[in-house]
Amino acid sequence: MICGKVWKFADDIDTDAIIPGRYLDDYSPLSLAKHVMEGVDPTFASKVSKGDIIVAGRHFGIGSSREQAATALLVAGVEVILAESFARIFYRNAVNKGMLPLICKGGAEAFETGEQIVIDIEKGVAHSAEESGKSVALDKMSPYISKIYSSGGLVKLVISELGKT
Amino acid sequence: MSGLTVCEKILARAAGLGSVMPGDVVEATPDVALSHENTFLIHRAFREMGGVRIANPSSVVIVFDHRAPANTVNSANTQKAVRAITSDLGITQFFDVGAGICHQLLIEQGIAKAGMLVTGSDSHTTTCGAVGAIGIGLGASDMAAIWAKGSIWLKVPESVKVEISGKTPEGVYSKDISLETVSHIGAMGADYCCLEFHGDYISDSTVSERMTLCNMAAETGAKSVVVPQTLLPDPLANYSRTIKIDSSKIGPLVSTPHSVEKVAPVSEFEGTKVDQAFIGSCTNGRLDDLELASAILAGRKVHPGTRLIISPASAEIYAMALDKGIIGTLVSAGAVITSPGCGPCLGAHQGVLADGEVCISASNRNFRGRMGSREASIYLASPATVAASAIEGKIADPRRYIR
Repeated sequence: MICGKVWKFADDIDTDAIIPGRYLDDYSPLSLAKHVMEGVDPTFASKVSKGDIIVAGRHFGIGSSREQAATALLVAGVEVILAESFARIFYRNAVNKGMLPLICKGGAEAFETGEQIVIDIEKGVAHSAEESGKSVALDKMSPYISKIYSSGGLVKLVISELGKT
Repeated sequence: MSGLTVCEKILARAAGLGSVMPGDVVEATPDVALSHENTFLIHRAFREMGGVRIANPSSVVIVFDHRAPANTVNSANTQKAVRAITSDLGITQFFDVGAGICHQLLIEQGIAKAGMLVTGSDSHTTTCGAVGAIGIGLGASDMAAIWAKGSIWLKVPESVKVEISGKTPEGVYSKDISLETVSHIGAMGADYCCLEFHGDYISDSTVSERMTLCNMAAETGAKSVVVPQTLLPDPLANYSRTIKIDSSKIGPLVSTPHSVEKVAPVSEFEGTKVDQAFIGSCTNGRLDDLELASAILAGRKVHPGTRLIISPASAEIYAMALDKGIIGTLVSAGAVITSPGCGPCLGAHQGVLADGEVCISASNRNFRGRMGSREASIYLASPATVAASAIEGKIADPRRYIR
C-alpha cells in the first residue's frame, strides 16, 4: 500500500515543462530537482514533499528522451505518477529509475490536489483516503515492467543479470 | 497467411528470431547505439551497473551537438569528461563540437543503413528511418544497459501504414507534409507504433525530405518510423491501420503554440509579428533547406525588428553551402549563422527567446518554454515560410517569394 498527497496536472505535460532544456547542462540530480515542473508551476519544487503523488491526464512526459525528467521528479520526492497515459520514453525512463508510473483511466477526474490517496498495487486500485472518496482501477503492469520495478530499477536489474552470466 | 512489416523484420533479425509479432518483448542487439552530451549520464549508469568494457564498442556513436561549442562551464566540464570516456573505452566513432547534429551525421557519414536497428538516447532517433533503418529513442539508463550487455528489451510495435500521394503544389515542402501528418495522426496518435511510409510522394522524395518527415513523425508518439528501401515489407504484412494523406491538397502550414499537432494554414496566422526566425535543427538544417532560404532572401533583407538565425546541420553542409555562395547570400540578407549543431532548438543557447517574444522556427517542437522563456510563443513552419516571415517581420506566405 502506498499513501500520498496528490498534485494534479493537466494533459500533455511535456518534458520541457518537467525540466526545461536550459537546465540540462547540470547533471547533479539535486540541481535538477530545484527546477522540477518549472515549466507548468514555478512554485512546485518548493511545495512538493517526499511521498507526494502526481496525478495527471493524457500523455504525461511527452517529448524528449531526457531521463532527467524522471530523475528530477524522483529526487524532488515523487515516486508514483498516476496518469491516463504516458509518453513511451518517459514511461521507460521512470520505470528504469525505480519509479512507479501507473496508467489509470479516470484518475485525473477522481482526485484533486491536496487530497490523500491510497494505492493498492496488488488489488489494482487507487482510492481516496476519505471513506466517501472515489476509487479508480489501475491498468495492470506488463510482466517485464514489473520485473524492472521490483528489481529497484534498470541499474539493479542489469547488475543481477550480469552477475548471473 | 501473413507477413512481416519492415520494423518486424528488423527486430526479428536483431533478436535472432525467425519472426516476431506486435506485443512480443524481445532482447535485441542494436547495430548503432547513439548518444550526445548525455553520454555523461549513460556512463554514470554504466558504471553503476558494474560496466567496465562496452559490450559492442563498434556500435557506439557519440556526437556533441546539443550545446556545441559549450555554452556554460557545466557543459564544458561535461564535454571534457565525455572526451576522456570515449578515449578510455575505445570509442572511435566520436564527433566533437562543430561536426553537426547526431541524426544528420548518422546518415551523412553512412553509419545508419537500411535494415539496421539504431538506438539513440534522443527522441528524434526516428530520423534514420529515412534510409530504411529502424531508429528508436531511449533514455540514458536504457543506453547504459546497451553499453553493458550489448542488447536491450524492446516491445515489438504495431505497424501503421501511412500512404502519402499526390504532387505537392508550389511553395509546399516536406515540412508542410510532415506537419499535416502530425496533425492528422495527433500528438500521441501513433504512441508505441511504427509508422511505415508508402505512396508516390514518398517514392519521389529525396533523402533530406524523408529525414524531415521521419524526424517530425516522432511528434506523433511513434516508437519508430521507416521509409522501406532495400529491405521491403512482405506483401501480406499486417498493419494495425492505414492512413492516407493527399499531398496535392496541402498548402503552406504552421504549427501553432504550444502543441505540434495544432496545425493551421499559414494564411490564418499571416501578419503575426515575429521577433526571431530560425532555420536549422535535425528537421530542417540541410543543404536544400539553406538553398531554399537563400533563394528567397537573395537581394532582400531581414526585417529590422526580426532576427534570423541559421544553424547548418553539419560541417559538411556548412562547407557545401559556403561553396555554393548560399552562406554569403544569407549573411548579406542579415542572417546570423551559428556553428553546426542543434542551435536554439532546445533553448540552451544561440538564440534563447525572451518573455513575450514570438519565434517562427523550422525545428520540430513548439512546447511552452522549449526555446527559452515560457512566456514566449513558437510557430513551426517550413524553411521557406520562415525565410519569408523573416523578410516581412511577421508570419508570411512563402508563395509570394518563390521564383
